[in-house]
Amino acid sequence: MRGSFSTIAKMFSAGVVTAGLLMSVPAKAADDTIKVGILHSLSGTMAISETTLKDAMLMLIEEQNAKGGLLGKKLEAVVVDPASNWPLFAEKARELISKDKVAAVFGCWTSVSRKSVLPVFSELDNILFYPVQYEGEESERNVFYTGAAPNQQAIPAVDYLMSEDGGSVKRWVLEGTDYVYPRTTNKILEAYLKAKGVAAEDIMVNYTPFGFSDWQTEVSAIKKFGSAGKKTAVVSTVNGDANVPFYKELGNQGIKAEDIPVMAFSVGEEELAGLDTAPLVGHLAAWNYFESVDTPENAKFIADWHKFIKNDKRTTNDPMEAHYIGFNMWVKAVEKAGTTDPDKVIDAMVGVSVPNLTGGYSTMMPNHHITKPVLIGEIQADGQFETVSQTPGLVMGDEWSDYLPDSKDLISDWRAPLSCGNFNVATGKCGGKGTN
Amino acid sequence: MILIRAIGLMLLLLLGMLLPSNASESDLRAVVAKLATASNFSAIEAVVRELAATGDTAVERPLAALAEGSLYVRKADSVVFVGKESGDSIELLDALTGEKSGEAAKADITKIKVNNTLRRVIRDALGTLTLGSKDPAVRIAAADTMFKTPDAANIEPLDTAIANESAAGVRALLEQARAASVLVSDRPEADKLAAIALIGARGDRDAVSLLTSVEASSEGAVKDAATAAISNINSTLALWDAGQNIWYGISLGSVLLLAAIGLAITFGVMGVINMAHGEMVMLGAYTTFVVQEVIRNSFPGLFDWSLVIALPLAFLVAALVGLIIERGLIRFLYGRPLETLLATWGVSLILQQAVRTIFGPTNQEVGNPSWMSGSFAIGQLSVTWNRLWILAFALGVFAVLLYVMKRTPWGLQMRAVTANRRMAASMGIRTPWVDALTFALGSGIAGIAGVALSQIDNVSPNLGRGYIIDSFMVVVFGGVGNLWGTLVGAFSLGIVNKFLEPYAGAVLGKIVVLVLIILFIQKRPRGLFALKGRSVEA
Repeated sequence: MRGSFSTIAKMFSAGVVTAGLLMSVPAKAADDTIKVGILHSLSGTMAISETTLKDAMLMLIEEQNAKGGLLGKKLEAVVVDPASNWPLFAEKARELISKDKVAAVFGCWTSVSRKSVLPVFSELDNILFYPVQYEGEESERNVFYTGAAPNQQAIPAVDYLMSEDGGSVKRWVLEGTDYVYPRTTNKILEAYLKAKGVAAEDIMVNYTPFGFSDWQTEVSAIKKFGSAGKKTAVVSTVNGDANVPFYKELGNQGIKAEDIPVMAFSVGEEELAGLDTAPLVGHLAAWNYFESVDTPENAKFIADWHKFIKNDKRTTNDPMEAHYIGFNMWVKAVEKAGTTDPDKVIDAMVGVSVPNLTGGYSTMMPNHHITKPVLIGEIQADGQFETVSQTPGLVMGDEWSDYLPDSKDLISDWRAPLSCGNFNVATGKCGGKGTN
Repeated sequence: MILIRAIGLMLLLLLGMLLPSNASESDLRAVVAKLATASNFSAIEAVVRELAATGDTAVERPLAALAEGSLYVRKADSVVFVGKESGDSIELLDALTGEKSGEAAKADITKIKVNNTLRRVIRDALGTLTLGSKDPAVRIAAADTMFKTPDAANIEPLDTAIANESAAGVRALLEQARAASVLVSDRPEADKLAAIALIGARGDRDAVSLLTSVEASSEGAVKDAATAAISNINSTLALWDAGQNIWYGISLGSVLLLAAIGLAITFGVMGVINMAHGEMVMLGAYTTFVVQEVIRNSFPGLFDWSLVIALPLAFLVAALVGLIIERGLIRFLYGRPLETLLATWGVSLILQQAVRTIFGPTNQEVGNPSWMSGSFAIGQLSVTWNRLWILAFALGVFAVLLYVMKRTPWGLQMRAVTANRRMAASMGIRTPWVDALTFALGSGIAGIAGVALSQIDNVSPNLGRGYIIDSFMVVVFGGVGNLWGTLVGAFSLGIVNKFLEPYAGAVLGKIVVLVLIILFIQKRPRGLFALKGRSVEA
């Protein structure tokens, strides 16, 4: 979710795409297959992250077909390209559901693309699997969130930094890109830190535009903020392309991880691939999966991935694991329900439990979020993460943050008889408001 | 050597350690071997402290290796080695002596993990151990570490080191480190006041950091002195901050200049609204990437020269693409600005998608040559090398371009065609070819800008997107058709932006700059330096 489109730009790219210049797989009229929609941008600014997820889905579908398909039928992937263009996401989702009659859709990356397809999914009653860590404050009947909610990433990360192992941090810089995910996450973190007794003057919040590349002022402000005699850390929700110049500037201005560590929520193996990581050793990231995790499931997943993509250097990352979990859950739920009818599958999904890649099981909860372990990793010189801390058990995704006044009374439970995504426990009514 | 031993011994005695003096090598080995069985970070930390406590300079090697993450345990016999990666296997060196002791496959050894807390402990330990090093740079690093982590126990080793120090610069740092340690000790108030004066004279952020914690933890005269020193340093730092802002502004200006200078030709001189300009920059950056890949694989020794080699190639690649675009497309669209805009926008999408198909959508790694890494300080002003080089490079490109435009026959023809096409044609100038070559020149310049920008930005198919709007802003603000306008426009926008950023934030700062430009253009539609002549009226 980056890049500054002008209105003209959007108009043109939409025009180009609909003119059929870009990739789109035509649907075949066949009743002996189950169609699965893949809604990831293959062109435009988000292609950098989303293309990988498309490939990961194709691999998972191919593997499932090799195992004999699903309900005796072969799976067929229908790939569309929403071209990093948010309104086009809704259009393409509609096309997948109405024209191609897919049984479920795996897709979206940015929150704004997810928000843009939500009405389509509830109107046409289909299923979306959303694989990226996000800001929470949402729970929809037709969406299954396999990425991390803030309490599965941000809160444990801050807890780690506060602990003795993490350096007993007392002063906090919340640095983010200016859009909904960092703003909401930082709002939650600020409330959380204050609840933990951090004074307001020990928190600095700063936002930068998408694709920001001149970090000199920001980095020297961090340096200045860090020289108050208290241990300081940066919690970064800086998105995508802006990270590379940010880390380069940190390295050039000599900020070392031992002095001011940076904890990132949007930097994974894929982002580090474009970077000389030697000056970054020791900076941190919080995810639910690292490529370096040493389990047999993960080793097999990486080997399969390298074989499928025909490149030994391609990394795996957290959203890929989320699709792995989500796809396997869907397969299991379809088998349980005995049909691909979205209504029945949605009801069958809750309670489904499948192995994740970090050596445990992830379960779909009634709020349509899943249970995951939270890992804190340090960047290594080879561009991988070394796990330095891991939550003792699995953490259940909390859709409505307990630290925001608007959402602390809300819960979500999609099982009958409640069947509500925003039940207010204070008033006992379905339908409360979150912060966005 | 005798000196080092003496200091080592002194350290040992003065630190009041429990181990018997002159810990023998076998004792050290026994301690190092404990690393193999330490199961968690706090266990490793205990071993590190034990090693540091021996005061033997021989522990420097395993500790430094541990901090770098190159200390390994052989699975077969739990012996600790320093590992050096060589291809698929790892070369093993003795942990204490550094002698070669065979090789091992990666699967047969495990790396000892470190985290930031451990790295800090090791750095502190090494600080004390390396005070007596022969290399002044190491002693400076040691003094720096000890300044940042003051400890009353450090005073006496520092006293010894100060007495033995011959280099005045290093001695000053050691004295500051000693002063820092005095402040946390229980020495008399007079000593502490002297220490505060010494640290106050240092006048940097680390000094403020230290004094702030002193201020919080002490009372009476010491507290007052610390408060006074802090406010003193802060007022000096405020001046330096202003200087730093100007430097950041100049540096941002140089980036804007580089990005815009090619556009100053294609848009400014020729009047082509070239939306594919950013993609020319991107092609230059990708050329750098390809050059570095070739060098990495075939001639690793030439890596520091990679940018110099990439420059002419990037110019040629981008100029050639520019030539093809002009001959194949733009020449049919002269005088139709809206269609040119649409067509070049289309070209930019095609180029982006082509690069994405060939190189993949992910960022590509472009390394910094050693001479472009790191920073140096002028007073409290820190200047990073890559920014300084980019500034020099931008000015160099500007000077060369100015020379070409003003002093060469080709430049004369270019200006003639711009000023009055029909007159120039009747004088025998082949205007179509001048157009093509001018466009190629503008594109080529964008290409070499890409080489420089690959050093500070990420190399991805979207690279050009981030610069196209800024480039147009600079050219329009500076005055279309005027190279000097582009120069002044780039630097003034850079400086204004960087002065706004600390107060308004990056997002609002950018908006304010945009609003200012819009207001300015209302007042002076032709920019800072308006071009006079026929082409304007035409």
